[in-house]
Amino acid sequence: MKHFVIVAILVVASTIAIRAGLNSIGLLPELASVQGTSTDQLFGLYVWATAFVFSLIVVTLVYALIAFRRKQGETGEGVHVTGNSSLEIAWTVVPLLIVVYLAFIGAQSLADTRRIDPSAMVVKVITGQWYWQFQYPDYGIGTTELYLPVGKQVDLQMTSRDVIHGFFVPEFRLKQDIVPGRTVELRITPSVIGNYKVECSQLCGSNHAYMTAAVDVVSQADFDAWVAEQKAAAGENPVLLGEQLASQYGCTVCHSADGSKKIGPTWLHLYQSQVPLSDGTKVTADEQYLINSITNSNQQIVEGYTANVMPATFGQTLDKNQIAALVAYLESLK
Amino acid sequence: MRKILSLGLVRGWLWQIVGTAFGIGLVVGVRLLMGLPAWKAEPAAVVGGLLGALFFNYGVGVFDDWFLGWSGRDVPEHGDETRLGWRRFFGPSTNHKTIGVQYLVLSLILMSVAGVFSLIFRTELANPGLQFLTPIEYNTLMSLHGIVMIISILIGISAFMNYTVPFLIGAHDMAFPRLNAFSFWIAVPAGEILLSSIFLGGFDTGWTGYPPLSARAPLGMQMFFLGVSLASFSSILSALNVLVTVARLRAKGMTPFRMPIFIWAAIATSIISLTATQLIGLSFQMVMLQRLLGMGFFDPVKGGNPILFQHLFWFYSHPAVYVFVLPGLGIISEFLPVFVRKPLYGYKWVAMSSLAIALTGFLVWGHHMFTAGMAEYLRVPFMYSTLLVAVPTGVKFFSWVATIWRGKISFPTPMLFILGGIVVFLLGGISGPPNATVSTDLQLNNTYYIVGHFHDTLFGGYIFPFFAAIYYWFPKMTGKRLSEKLGKLQFWLMTPSFVIMSLAMMRIGLLGMRRRVADYDPALGFQPYMMVMTITGFLIALGVLVFFINAFITLKRGETATGNVWGSRSPEWQAPSPMPLHNYDRPLEVVGEPYDYGLPGSQYVKFEGEE
Repeated sequence: MKHFVIVAILVVASTIAIRAGLNSIGLLPELASVQGTSTDQLFGLYVWATAFVFSLIVVTLVYALIAFRRKQGETGEGVHVTGNSSLEIAWTVVPLLIVVYLAFIGAQSLADTRRIDPSAMVVKVITGQWYWQFQYPDYGIGTTELYLPVGKQVDLQMTSRDVIHGFFVPEFRLKQDIVPGRTVELRITPSVIGNYKVECSQLCGSNHAYMTAAVDVVSQADFDAWVAEQKAAAGENPVLLGEQLASQYGCTVCHSADGSKKIGPTWLHLYQSQVPLSDGTKVTADEQYLINSITNSNQQIVEGYTANVMPATFGQTLDKNQIAALVAYLESLK
Repeated sequence: MRKILSLGLVRGWLWQIVGTAFGIGLVVGVRLLMGLPAWKAEPAAVVGGLLGALFFNYGVGVFDDWFLGWSGRDVPEHGDETRLGWRRFFGPSTNHKTIGVQYLVLSLILMSVAGVFSLIFRTELANPGLQFLTPIEYNTLMSLHGIVMIISILIGISAFMNYTVPFLIGAHDMAFPRLNAFSFWIAVPAGEILLSSIFLGGFDTGWTGYPPLSARAPLGMQMFFLGVSLASFSSILSALNVLVTVARLRAKGMTPFRMPIFIWAAIATSIISLTATQLIGLSFQMVMLQRLLGMGFFDPVKGGNPILFQHLFWFYSHPAVYVFVLPGLGIISEFLPVFVRKPLYGYKWVAMSSLAIALTGFLVWGHHMFTAGMAEYLRVPFMYSTLLVAVPTGVKFFSWVATIWRGKISFPTPMLFILGGIVVFLLGGISGPPNATVSTDLQLNNTYYIVGHFHDTLFGGYIFPFFAAIYYWFPKMTGKRLSEKLGKLQFWLMTPSFVIMSLAMMRIGLLGMRRRVADYDPALGFQPYMMVMTITGFLIALGVLVFFINAFITLKRGETATGNVWGSRSPEWQAPSPMPLHNYDRPLEVVGEPYDYGLPGSQYVKFEGEE
């Protein structure tokens, strides 16, 4: 009996000490999203549970090893005890109840991270090896840094152009893989103004480590000012806007503007030229051809190139103005 | 020359070269007949590798008996092979103890290779920036560290199941000795092919090999898929053999609850291996075919679904974790009574907890995919099922502590490794539930926290019990006892280092450090932790080196130990060491409980003609 009392006291003391120690070193990065609040509460519970279970087993174990060690010159065997069914049932049923309760809390916490605000701002996230692009359809602008107004839910509509990538900002406590071939949703409500970083969380090839982008959470006023600035930069000049779009959407990865041959045909001197097609015919690269090549890229394949290389989705991802701007830019390369 | 050629392994290698050349020729021939350009590296490498592996087994002589049987001739009895000396380990032996040692050596070789890989990339990671590795080299080493360790663990488990299961249940050998030889020898070319990926461009996907990334990775990817597929044969057949052996060859009187507790673990682990390994082989072969023949199983452009791969992959690869740890936990339960001189507390509960872990393990794979983008509602049932695993695992911990309580405890090297295993596995266990509840996992998924968590489970559940088992049964294998002094040095080099390393991993993981990155931003402030991990990694390697030195010295001039070294009640210690060819010269009968230490006059087994 004496042994049990000592062990019980030691377990309690150790639990309190370990929990205090873990909390004092700061286990998690600063919390900067509404969704993470209940996650952090659950983490807090886990710190308690971890400290307790660790103490329960390790303190009892170490105590037993010291108290019941074979002393110098001692012979003989231990006590012949083979088990105790009530005790076994107890340490099966009690943990069972605890884990079911944990799962119940976990489900609630999951629900908290998924609350939907119908007025959320949509941002399209486009990923590929190895870049991030962000488009704001409400404002018609696109960037390579994610700007978010504080306190407002953002609905990230994420797509990948090649392999699986992952959206992860540690301060937001959220992570979501981005699967090619479909649009994946993630909702975040940033709660603290500051500069963060989105990092690709799903191994996506050699340069995975470097696939990061800045995330700036700013006040609503700063956000509005930034939107206005972006719009002004693109200006009313469709050629400039088109050039910006061509780089934002990754077009320039495959198409050059200087005549060099890349994965796709160059744009230099394309407008109004005669283009040989893979079916042996020729076509004049007029405005209609350029629009068709952007929105319906597998229909007219230039001789020497293959179909299904260029994403066939630009017809949906780009709006009319953006396509017009791209065409204006292509025409300017005549 | 004839002496060298008499070694099965050497003949195997020669035939492997022939087979590989034949496979490549076959591909070239078929392509020419189809009017295609003669050379294409991918099909040539895959068919060449596959035929090379089969020819290797032919060359070793694994198929000889089967060929004899099929042609209607007499198949010779495999008699005493000890006259071959060390040479018997290089040929197609059908003796379970020889095969056990073959497995053990292969496992140690692969473990060392994979360990060296980790030392290389840990050195790279000690400082931010790229020091001496390119990103693709880093990814290849990191991926191979994972998969080669996994294969090494599977082989190490086969080693101990093969070596011990027959004599623990009082049998002469495994149920299917020739199949047993094939299970081992197919693992050798599997390992070679896997490692050959380094020379064929490497691969950048991690051991998980998720498509679409793996569908566009370099040629080394195919060697990874092929190597794992071949190794999975070894695992499946070995599991089948163990299950049949336990079902059919137990000694008289050995009822299910009088089996050594390790046998329960072997059953549980074999059930998983036998029924789930196909899924990883299948998923890998599907990507292999997608690359070879353009079958778009996982290609979204062709209507395939990348998430499907993850379901198939994790349906094996989560239960696989229990394949890795259940035998280790069985070894802990098996050895504890010997060193505390007290019965195993709650034998039936411990036995059933192994089965419960194995069965629950089949229902939890989805927790690897909480962030993957599978149907959202599925995350909730997987959260419940995953947390349930904690219950039978808890039963084991409580039973171990209760076994130790009021024992007469001594601390030879195997006991130290057992205790280290318990504490480290506990760290792995308590760091598990935060990965099981979805919201906390959204922070932890794909971070160093996961890396720390599973290294804890695998060190605690496999590495520590594995070394305990080697120290414990080494006298049975060789008739010599490993040095206690060096054994303790190994333990104290490895254990604190490992605990510090895994805690450092979990620490930076919680703070958001991603896993599988070749480089990291110094602004994160993680460099000191990374340096600590590198240093502790080298200390662990030093510990393993001490083990090899210990084994070498002991084999040369170790202390002779032929009796019941640990004072065990188990039947193998009533037989001479090294264990005779057919284990026991007389049949044995089980007449009592296996772990009745401290009960005067009790007996576990009785040999025929013995009072």
